[in-house]
Amino acid sequence: MSVFQSDDPLLQVRNVTRYYGDRVGCAEVSFDLWPGEVLAIVGESGSGKTTLLNCLSTRLAPTTGAIEYRMRDGSMRNLYQLSEAERRLLMRTDWGFVHQNAADGLRMNVSAGANVGERLMAVGDRHYGNIRSTADDWLGRVEIESDRIDDDPRSFSGGMRQRLQIARNLVTNPRLVFMDEPTGGLDVSVQARLLDLLRRLVADLGLSVVIVTHDLAVARLLSHRIMVMRQGNVIESGLTDQVLDDPREPYTQLLVSSILQV
Amino acid sequence: MNDTAAIFDQGEYNFAYLDEQTKRMIRRAILKGIAIPGYQVPFASREMPMPYGWGTGGVQVTASILGKDDCLKMIDQGSDDTTNAVSLRGFFEKTAGVRTTYETAEASVIQTRHRIPEKNLREDQILVFQVPIPEPLRFLEPRETETRKMHALEDYGLMHVKLYEDIAKNGHIATTYAYPVKVNDRYVMDPSPTPKFDNPKIDQMAALQLYGAGREKRIYAIPPYTKVKSLDFEDYPFEIQKFDKPCGLCGAEDVYLDEVILDDKGGRMFVCSDSDFCEERRAEGHLGPMAADPAAAHIGGIQPEETAR
Repeated sequence: MSVFQSDDPLLQVRNVTRYYGDRVGCAEVSFDLWPGEVLAIVGESGSGKTTLLNCLSTRLAPTTGAIEYRMRDGSMRNLYQLSEAERRLLMRTDWGFVHQNAADGLRMNVSAGANVGERLMAVGDRHYGNIRSTADDWLGRVEIESDRIDDDPRSFSGGMRQRLQIARNLVTNPRLVFMDEPTGGLDVSVQARLLDLLRRLVADLGLSVVIVTHDLAVARLLSHRIMVMRQGNVIESGLTDQVLDDPREPYTQLLVSSILQV
Repeated sequence: MNDTAAIFDQGEYNFAYLDEQTKRMIRRAILKGIAIPGYQVPFASREMPMPYGWGTGGVQVTASILGKDDCLKMIDQGSDDTTNAVSLRGFFEKTAGVRTTYETAEASVIQTRHRIPEKNLREDQILVFQVPIPEPLRFLEPRETETRKMHALEDYGLMHVKLYEDIAKNGHIATTYAYPVKVNDRYVMDPSPTPKFDNPKIDQMAALQLYGAGREKRIYAIPPYTKVKSLDFEDYPFEIQKFDKPCGLCGAEDVYLDEVILDDKGGRMFVCSDSDFCEERRAEGHLGPMAADPAAAHIGGIQPEETAR
């Protein structure tokens, strides 16, 4: 889809393991993510996808393993050795996190404009007019009408909330966005539009994305590469089309053959 | 603060009610607060013989800094003779026996609720505020663990989200009291529910400011001559309230006015909220447009019936 911008990986994940007591959340996961690349993590419920995503996005410390990220200055930094302040700055400038449930990622009691503008204000923008016009611009890019800028997200439909959440995350031009089932819970026509929008934004902005989904169609549409997880382990990975057209592992074959044919 | 420890005598209060160990604890919190301007220092707030919300925080701070030679002034909403001020002044007259006054210039310690005196304060004065909710981020972020982290990391974007909402919904910053400020370029602080009219007085004030929140168990401080900036946007700068009329009694302009309803036919007047300031001006001969109005007589102005008797 898009040309990779650099030979150096943006995110380097080595042997990430997370235990919940005796239980394994995810085990020994290693991969590299390059700039502009979209990686899908697929698998059934409980396979460790979300655990892995939370470990990557510093929301949950892994039990063992290392995750390194290429900062804007080009240096590789271990995420769990950053100070809390650096981590927070990273999360609201260079990163985005799109939750499955938009209410988790939005401030439901402040207007759409303030939701989009919050990151700008957090990084020091103090000009109301600029913040508002940037917010307005972003609402337009995610197909929300300008006259909804002062409305609470409470009054938005599920699809609009999800698009607002995406705008809120992308306003600071992040380089890496994590998505947790961004299309879950939406009806298929809304899903299709959202996927269309995501695809366009990802391509236009050259975003790197780690997307967790159980929907193989979403993975096929959005991602360049795919990792299949089962019981906490990565059992198969490769180019999306390759894995989905010619799955090697019996479990992946099962997954692929379980897609409903209409 | 000389020798406040009284010899224990049965039936007597210790000087200024609190025991000496408690005062030491509170003084330590105050010193820490002064060392880190605007930072909320937790302290072991005591039960006081009055309900929370009546100024238990301010009272404990005042009790801890009061000395026998101090002269105390109590303000409630700018006035010396409203319930809260009268009760608390009585409390310290009884438990500390210190001199009290209505005059801003005469007082060495001023405890206040919701106002800062109009008259400039001096270096040898201390202003003590009663604070209901010390956390400026409280209504934006309910978790104390999170707000403390936000203060620690100087993560104050959320505060501007509130101001943004104000402008988006009202066309201007509609916050009129408890207007958030940044102290010494570091901590965002709630200046207690004083009107934002008083915010410029906090900046570079000569007097030491101490803030006490009894229920929330926090003390914070602004040392003399500290930079205090009210938060705003570049294109929506901070503004104080403006009044289009002078004080009805003393004719003062550029002061904070209270609206007083005179009758039930819609009669009203605006008078200085700072009653001592107003009285002093009238004593100097300043007269406002309604000073001679008989309807205004009972508002602490000239009281013709009483003088006639």
